[in-house]
Amino acid sequence: MAAINRDDVAHLARLAHIEMSAEELDRMAGELAVIVDSVKSVSEAAGDDVPATSHPIPLTNVFRDDVVGHTFTAKQALSGAPDSDENRFKVPAILDEA
Amino acid sequence: MTEQNTSADTLIRLSAAQLSEKLRAGEVTAVEVTQAYLDRIAAVDGQVNAFLHVNAGEALAVAAEVDAIRAAGGAEAEALHQLAGVPIAVKDLIVTIGQPTTAGSKILEGWHSPYDATVVERLRAAKMPILGKTNLDEFAMGSSTEHSAYGPTRNPWDLDRIPGGSGGGSAAAVAAFEAPLALGTDTGGSIRQPGAVTGTVGVKPTYGSVSRYGAIAMASSLDQIGPVTRTVLDSALLHQVIGGHDPRDSTSLPEPLEDLVAAAKTGNVEGLRIGIIKELHGEGYQAGVENRFNDALELLKEAGAEIVEVSCPNFQYALGAYYLIMPSEASSNLAKFDGVRYGLRVLPEDGPMTIERVMGATRAAGFGDEVKRRIILGTYALSAGYYDAYYGSAQKVRTLVQRDFEAAFAQADVLISPTAPTTAFPLGEKLDDPLAMYLNDVATIPANLAGVPGLSLPGGLADEDGLPVGIQLLAPAREDARLYRVGAVLESLLEAKWGGPLLAQAPDLAAAAAETLETQEAK
Repeated sequence: MAAINRDDVAHLARLAHIEMSAEELDRMAGELAVIVDSVKSVSEAAGDDVPATSHPIPLTNVFRDDVVGHTFTAKQALSGAPDSDENRFKVPAILDEA
Repeated sequence: MTEQNTSADTLIRLSAAQLSEKLRAGEVTAVEVTQAYLDRIAAVDGQVNAFLHVNAGEALAVAAEVDAIRAAGGAEAEALHQLAGVPIAVKDLIVTIGQPTTAGSKILEGWHSPYDATVVERLRAAKMPILGKTNLDEFAMGSSTEHSAYGPTRNPWDLDRIPGGSGGGSAAAVAAFEAPLALGTDTGGSIRQPGAVTGTVGVKPTYGSVSRYGAIAMASSLDQIGPVTRTVLDSALLHQVIGGHDPRDSTSLPEPLEDLVAAAKTGNVEGLRIGIIKELHGEGYQAGVENRFNDALELLKEAGAEIVEVSCPNFQYALGAYYLIMPSEASSNLAKFDGVRYGLRVLPEDGPMTIERVMGATRAAGFGDEVKRRIILGTYALSAGYYDAYYGSAQKVRTLVQRDFEAAFAQADVLISPTAPTTAFPLGEKLDDPLAMYLNDVATIPANLAGVPGLSLPGGLADEDGLPVGIQLLAPAREDARLYRVGAVLESLLEAKWGGPLLAQAPDLAAAAAETLETQEAK
C-alpha cells in the first residue's frame, strides 16, 4: 500500500477544509505515515469471501408514524449561528469570483 | 471538623442506591445531598478539573422540587422515580438545554444546544439534579483527557497522572466523590478505560441499548452512551433510567430492557462459564495488571464459576480496523462544524473572503491536533483508490471480530480480560506519540466493533505503583444482564477481601486542598 506523503496531506487537508501551515503539513505527514503503516495489516486480514459489516447490530425497516413531530423555530435554529439575517444563516461569498 | 461537615463527607461517599434509600426514608433531603456534592466540587475540582461547567442553580431547584413533592406526599410522591433527587454529572459530549455544550472543543465554545439529548430528557423525567458537564478529550478523541481544549483532568489517585479518556472528567468526578453518578460515551473504550484507571465502574451497553440522540457523534456505528458509577448496582440502576427504545435514534433497539437491577442482585455465578480471552492478556500487559486479573479469576472460580480459555485470533487486527473505521466516520460527522450554522467562525487573515476559506480558517483554529489527525486519516481512508483497501478491509475485519465473539460465546457465557494494559500513566507521557496512546484501547475496542456490551470494575491496586487496575467483562449483544450479575458478585468478593470499596483507599483530596490553601495563606 502506498505511503502517505506531504503532498497527500496537503490535498486531504483541502478536501477536509482545514487550513494547514507548512510546519503542520510536515508534522502531520510524519505522524500519519506511522499510523498508516501500523494499520496496513488490516488489508491482508480478510479474504474476498468475507462480507463487510457496516453496522454492529443490523435493524431493517426502521419506520416511525408519519406524523409531524417536534420542529425548531427559526429563532431556535439560528440561536447558535455566527451570523444571520432575516431568519437565514448569513455566509460570505459562495463563489470565488463574486 | 464540624458535625455538619462530617455528615456531608459521609453523604458524598454513599452509593446512589444508598442515597436513594436515605432520600426515600426521609433521613436526608435532596437539597442537602445536592449541596454536599456542589460543596465537594468547590473544594476539590480546582485540583481535579473534572467539570467544564457547574450547574448549581438548576440542580438545587430540581432537588428542591423533589423535596417538596416528597413532603407533600400522595400520588405524586409515590410516583417519584427511585433515583429522584440523586445528582448526576453529564459528559460534555451530550447536549443539554440551559447549559453550554463544548465537546471539549474550542469550535463549540459558548454554544448552547436548543434541545436535550434523550438520555438527558430521561434524567429530567426521573428528577435527577444535573450537577454539570464533565471534561473530555476533544470530541471524545483520546485516551487521557489531555486532548481537551480546556486543560486536562487529573486522576484523583495521583494528580500527576491521566484519568483515562475520553471520559476522564466523568470517571474522575465519580472517583473524587464530586458526583455519585455520571454519564459517559464509549466509542473504543472511553467509558471503560477511564473506569479502570480511576477505580470506578463503567459500562458500555449493547449498541442500541441506550439512545444516542443528542450525543455529538464521533463514529456513529461505534458510539454508545453508558453509566459511570462507583458500584455495579448503581450502573444497573442508571442503565435502566437511560436505556430502552427511542424512536429518534433509528439504531435504537426496539425491545424493552431486561431487569438489570435484578441481575445485579442475583448474587451467584455458580455454573457460569467465564472465558479468558487468550489474546487479551499476557504479553504487553503490566505485571501488576496481570496479577490483579489472576486474583479475579481465582475468586470467580472459588465462587463456583467455570473458567475456560477462548481464542479470538482476529482481535490482532481490531485496533487497526478501528483506526480506519472510526476516523472515516468521524471525518464525515465532523464536516458539520463549518462556521456556518453554529459555533466558531474565523475569517481568513487575507485574500478573498469566500465561504470555503472561512471554513478552512475556522476548522484550522477551532480543532485541536488530534481531531485534525483523525479527520485527515479518515478522509484518506475514504478517498478514491484507497476506499477498498482501507475502509472496505476494515469492515471485513469487523465481520471477523464478530465471528470470533460468536465462537467464544459458544464456549463461555461471559468473557473476561484486563480493561487496559497498564495503570494510569503520567500526564504528558504519550502526548507526542499517537500510536502509543492508541494502544491503551487494545482490550476495549473489539466490543465496539462487534456491538457487544462491556463492563469495567475495579480489580485492586497494581503491586508496582499502587494504582487501580480494571477488570473487563464482556457478554453477547442484548445480554447486558450477565455483566451486572457477574460484575456484582466479583465486586462483593473483592470488597470483602479489601474490607470495603477500593475508593476508600484513594488519597484524601479535601485534606490536600486545605493544606495547599494553608501553605498559600502562610506565604
